[in-house]
Amino acid sequence: MRHLLSTEDLDKADAIRILDTAEEMAAVSDREVKKLPVLRGRTVVNLFFEDSTRTRISFEAAAKRLSADVINFAAKGSSVSKGESLKDTAQTLEAMGADAVVIRHWASGAPARLAASDWIDAAVVNAGDGTHEHPTQALLDAFTMRRNWARINGTASAGTDLSGMKVAIVGDVLHSRVARSNLWLLRTLGADLTLVAPPTLLPVGVEQWPCSVSYDLDETLATGPHAVMMLRVQGERMNAAFFPSTREYSRRWGFDDRRLAALDAAGARETIIMHPGPMNRGLEISAAAADSPRSTVLQQVRNGVSVRMAALYLLLSGESSSAAPTQEAQR
Amino acid sequence: MTATPDSSRAYLIKGAAIGGGARTDLLVRDGVIAETGTGLAAAGATVIDADGLVALPGLVDLHTHLREPGREDAETVETGSRAAALGGFTAVHAMANSSPVADTAGVVEQVFTLGRKAGWTDVRPVGAVTVGLAGERLAELGAMADSRARVRVFSDDGMCVHDPVLMRRALEYVKAFDGVIAQHAQEPRLTDGAQMNEGAVSAVLGMTGWPAVAEESIIARDVLLAQHVDSRLHVCHVSTAGSVEIIRWAKQRGIKVTAEVTPHHLWLTDELVRSYDPVYKVNPPLRTDEDVKALRAGLADGTIDIIGTDHAPHPSEAKECEWAQAAMGMTGLETALSVVQHTMIESGLMGWDDFARVTSTAPARIGQLAGHGQPVASGSAANVTLVDPSARWTVDPHQMATMGRNSPFAGRELPGRVVATFYRGHPTVLDGRLNTPLVSEGEQH
Amino acid sequence: MNMPGAASPQSSRVVLAEADIDRALTRIAHEILEANKGSQDLVLLGIPRRGYPLARRLAAKIEAADGTAKAGEITGQLDVTMFRDDLKRQPTRAPLPTQLPASGIDNKVVVLVDDVLYSGRTIRAALDALVDLGRPRIVRLAVLVDRGHRELPIRADHVGKNLPTSSVEKVRVRLAETDSVDGAPVNEVVIEDWSA
Repeated sequence: MRHLLSTEDLDKADAIRILDTAEEMAAVSDREVKKLPVLRGRTVVNLFFEDSTRTRISFEAAAKRLSADVINFAAKGSSVSKGESLKDTAQTLEAMGADAVVIRHWASGAPARLAASDWIDAAVVNAGDGTHEHPTQALLDAFTMRRNWARINGTASAGTDLSGMKVAIVGDVLHSRVARSNLWLLRTLGADLTLVAPPTLLPVGVEQWPCSVSYDLDETLATGPHAVMMLRVQGERMNAAFFPSTREYSRRWGFDDRRLAALDAAGARETIIMHPGPMNRGLEISAAAADSPRSTVLQQVRNGVSVRMAALYLLLSGESSSAAPTQEAQR
Repeated sequence: MTATPDSSRAYLIKGAAIGGGARTDLLVRDGVIAETGTGLAAAGATVIDADGLVALPGLVDLHTHLREPGREDAETVETGSRAAALGGFTAVHAMANSSPVADTAGVVEQVFTLGRKAGWTDVRPVGAVTVGLAGERLAELGAMADSRARVRVFSDDGMCVHDPVLMRRALEYVKAFDGVIAQHAQEPRLTDGAQMNEGAVSAVLGMTGWPAVAEESIIARDVLLAQHVDSRLHVCHVSTAGSVEIIRWAKQRGIKVTAEVTPHHLWLTDELVRSYDPVYKVNPPLRTDEDVKALRAGLADGTIDIIGTDHAPHPSEAKECEWAQAAMGMTGLETALSVVQHTMIESGLMGWDDFARVTSTAPARIGQLAGHGQPVASGSAANVTLVDPSARWTVDPHQMATMGRNSPFAGRELPGRVVATFYRGHPTVLDGRLNTPLVSEGEQH
Repeated sequence: MNMPGAASPQSSRVVLAEADIDRALTRIAHEILEANKGSQDLVLLGIPRRGYPLARRLAAKIEAADGTAKAGEITGQLDVTMFRDDLKRQPTRAPLPTQLPASGIDNKVVVLVDDVLYSGRTIRAALDALVDLGRPRIVRLAVLVDRGHRELPIRADHVGKNLPTSSVEKVRVRLAETDSVDGAPVNEVVIEDWSA
């Protein structure tokens, strides 16, 4: 791996290698000394064109636990005319000796653009681009799902995939980079995905995606998914007529107390409720659902650091990028 | 240079295949094709060996962005018309979205004069339909028509005349001087924030889609309006299969509609956008393979009348950025002939005669352009392009005359090369290189 | 270093056969017990990949000889990948699990176990890794083969066999737990001559 831009380009071996490495990173986080010397002397730049404190501190914690130096660069100017161009910013970071650039951008494709350009040599990690992808979020989601799936199956999670697992992702798929990244990764890991959304919040072309699509949350919940991921819904979508009111949205597509009770009544004891955060309590998820033992919201946050450590380690530790990762130890 | 105007010199073109047909000699003298035949001789004439070359009527582009006045960092009339000459064009229509907008007689005359001074090709200004392209009230179309620039084509290109009442009035009004409204068909509400064709690729890339219906609904409305008021309508850069169907239907009903397609829409698809390289960002957007096939078929069967390059140069910083921030547009003057040869002729859909029709005869007719689009025959104005159809070349934007480096064909090997361009009897291009501009009467040094 | 299977050596010869390996391990097990005066506080940490099965074999022999120690309770695995000094020179390697005995390593006598001692860099990495995990009372080193060519001031406390080698030779340890030849598990130590 030279860059981490999209889960669409991750093959199964890559994906499992990242998740397995994240398991080892998680073990480090449980130790007294939570630091590894692997990225000593390396510089990781968090280049954020869009605010996201959660994602930034997660990457920052990950880089620091690997002993990298971290520079945070908040480039908020977003209009065409104002501020520095992406090219100039990238070249500035290159001149400062960045080994990896973790980029969050409001424009879809900005990380891919950076990686494909000759503006910079550093490894590029996509930390969320527009409505395109958010690969480390999907990896931490998969890590969380895999641990729960392994627990249900009574196996260890290392080395396993998600085959047989039924997952539902619910909400504003159209604008969700989390949904897109999960789509490809869940396909690669063999899970069975259903997207549930109002028809207005599904992209034209969704019928070609490797998943099922439903407009009916209750119907999907009745099929007994092992994980239900609720996506954040932005109130302003209502003004653009994607749905008539937040109340109607919440009634039809929110994970409310009624649906939580139905899950309990159906005996679906192992079903977990996921959310990438930040949550709109009372809109796409009720407080009771968010705080229930089914909720993995905090596990997801914790796992985020481990997965990002794994990604940074695998991107930065080896010799020149082109060589394939190998487990063959040499001494 | 002597006091004798360049155009009075004589050129004897030996053995060119006219429209790809029989080999003929052409004697060009005093700005006209004086004589055709075999074994011609003319004392004092410069002889040009045209063995293996195809002689075409000089290309006419109904859709060029020359950027001057206002964006001389992107292109000037001088650089753009050099590019036109190298591309085999003897006339180009400069779109109105300059700064200031070409919405008054003053601006169109300025552009017209700049074109004359440059002397590489005829530069015919297109007048804006509405003041400042704002889509609110009509610009002084009559004043532009009456000006020295003799504007006959009016367009808000870049913007759609989306108000149906305003569009109706414009279609009606230009009948007074036999003008034509060239519509940029794009329903603005359906394309709010749109970045690329809406479909399978936009779904994956997470980019706001530009539905085909946003183009087709405007074309459907406009052909019905043109029928209602019995006016001429020209549809710029048709990009979807649905648009071709609507235009075909309208022509069958006798509606006076003409349509244009760009070379890039005849070849490239939205799959290229997966690279997020803004060189592929264009308005209308690159569509699907199915659309490309329908556009080629439509051009071949005459549903689509002409090739318009929509040559849209941009400074490099407008493309060296995120996709969403990048400007829309591609250069096209210097690749148009080769791309059309590749997509239409080498695919067997058209011959060189058809090529002459869609790149010269028809656009000259739509633009009411005297002296262009005439057959390569004695008595015609000597606007002639000589092409080597067997040449192969690799596109390098840095070697082009246009200031724009934004060619989507960069790095591709293309067939066909313009060897010479005769503009009003003067070779602006010889041996594939720029020669000298035509010095017009009263503007000699 | 050569990629396995990329080419073949000039020649190769078996220097330790299955019985030789077993005898060497038996001797080392006894040496460890003797040096430690019993199995008290003993922890064997194998370095992946082949150090771990060797540690398990030694632990089994210690259990058999001593009777008090339980092999499963004194054996662990110590992954040193992320402490290596050559990470930038090698293709990226995914780390392997580190598993310590439930009793931990604080105040224990930790015996690091590896198959081949060569430059000493792996052992240096292991010592660093150990520091982050706890504070053993004593750290010792047991290896099946010491082939010389040390680049660091490190020596083994227990050696199965000293094998003087040249640097164009490769020492291959094959253990039934990790290796097979033509589908059959093998236990052998081979020296390959890779001089061109």
